[in-house]
Amino acid sequence: MPKRIGIEVSLAVADAVKMAKADVISAYPITPQTHIVEELSTYVANGELDAEFVPVESEHSAMSAAVGASAAGARVYTATSAQGLALMHEILFIASAMRLPIVMTVANRSLSGPISIWNDHSDIMTERDINWIQLFVEDGQESLELTLAAFKIAEDKRVLLPTCVNMDGFMLTHMIEPIVFPDQAVVDKFLPTYKPLLTLDPKKPATLGPVGVPEVYLEAKKQCEQALLDSLDVVKEVLAEVNKTFGRKYDLVETNGRKKAETLFVTMGSLGETCWSAVDNLIAQGQDVGQARIRLWRPFPVKEFIKACKGAERLIVIDRAISPGSVCGPVAQEIKSVFYGLKDAPEIVNIIAGIGGRDVPVADFEEMYRLAKKRKLAKTYTLWGLNSNA
Amino acid sequence: MTKNSICAWQDLALGAAILEPGNAANLKTGAWRTLIPVLDEDKCIKCGLCAVYCPEFCITERKDGFFRPDFDYCKGCGICANECPKKAIAMVMEDK
Ligand code: SF4
Ligand code: SF4
Repeated sequence: MPKRIGIEVSLAVADAVKMAKADVISAYPITPQTHIVEELSTYVANGELDAEFVPVESEHSAMSAAVGASAAGARVYTATSAQGLALMHEILFIASAMRLPIVMTVANRSLSGPISIWNDHSDIMTERDINWIQLFVEDGQESLELTLAAFKIAEDKRVLLPTCVNMDGFMLTHMIEPIVFPDQAVVDKFLPTYKPLLTLDPKKPATLGPVGVPEVYLEAKKQCEQALLDSLDVVKEVLAEVNKTFGRKYDLVETNGRKKAETLFVTMGSLGETCWSAVDNLIAQGQDVGQARIRLWRPFPVKEFIKACKGAERLIVIDRAISPGSVCGPVAQEIKSVFYGLKDAPEIVNIIAGIGGRDVPVADFEEMYRLAKKRKLAKTYTLWGLNSNA
Repeated sequence: MTKNSICAWQDLALGAAILEPGNAANLKTGAWRTLIPVLDEDKCIKCGLCAVYCPEFCITERKDGFFRPDFDYCKGCGICANECPKKAIAMVMEDK
């Protein structure tokens, strides 16, 4: 029988990795990811998880060890945040180019400076182009189940790409929530042992990650990107299986509030839940409003997103990262490109909120809605909550 | 449109891996050469150090005891000339 227990979300993620029976965990502790790998190291130390825990000296090494272990055919997990993800940067591209199904939790945290340990999405937005599958979760239950799903997606023979599960640092990782734990037998059936397609094997020598001379680099890149594009259908399939196995309703883009609403909030990550409360309040006040929540960020589910926005006259896109010198925040950039040239494209306004851990309460979303409706928001983007003399 | 490509992207192995061991032999690095090593047999003591240092491993001992490169692979880097203890190798511009 599945058990429902109150637990810190980080620890539930560690349990998911334990249930996934990862073979190798290579990680360096960084706030707010630490509890996940600390718990995993305990599991390995006390024999509850039969895995190799590699306590590396930096995140650059964490990802390098993950690459090596994955190339040797192991199921590999790691987790990081902000500066840690930045330090992994160059190896992130190697992992995808070598088609290694590593799973990583990114406990999203603002990039310094100024020095910050608090939550926003600047870490992963800097890594949009690493050719990894990038998922976002909103609550503890999703964190557990989508960590399991991430292994299944990544290891699918049609995919074979590293996958990261983004969860907001502190705001989600450190929450204590009631979470339903599946039985190990159910997890084993959902996620069978990983069987690599190509691995380092002295009996069958191969060079993994060779040099890409100008005569082959472009074709290698194309293969890698095509795998990412093709992964969209696999993500859909796996989410459908998660829904069947665990009784959920996960989708690439999820919606709530009024159907075909005039105004739609667009969110990604845990702020979506706060926004959802505001949407419910606004509907109770008679407003025609809904919400689209992006779960799959890479590859971007273009068709599904357009469908979710059908009938909307206005999108209020919430970003949690600044894209300095650009026209707007990264999520809004994506959405503007998606709608460019389409007839009946909605008006798109962009609010950059919750930067560096700045709180965004329910009432703020209601205020955003009112300002957007009165066309009182900047055409480019609004830095929400900015204290300014102007 | 110029292509200059080895193969179609669909024909590459997973992650552009190389599945055929020793396939470096297919790449004739001799085509890269501008300078060519020329051996002075009077100075050479047949020690074989040039063969040890050659990054292409293309220098082998011949029947007459001298060590000579395979020019299909000698890329003209000059490391052999630099390492030779007797300064028996000169790097000279190759007429092509
Ligand atoms: S290193 Fe110089 S002396 Fe020795 S074998 Fe080569 S050419 Fe001759
Ligand atoms: S020039 Fe370089 S490649 Fe050619 S034989 Fe000498 S060391 Fe080898």
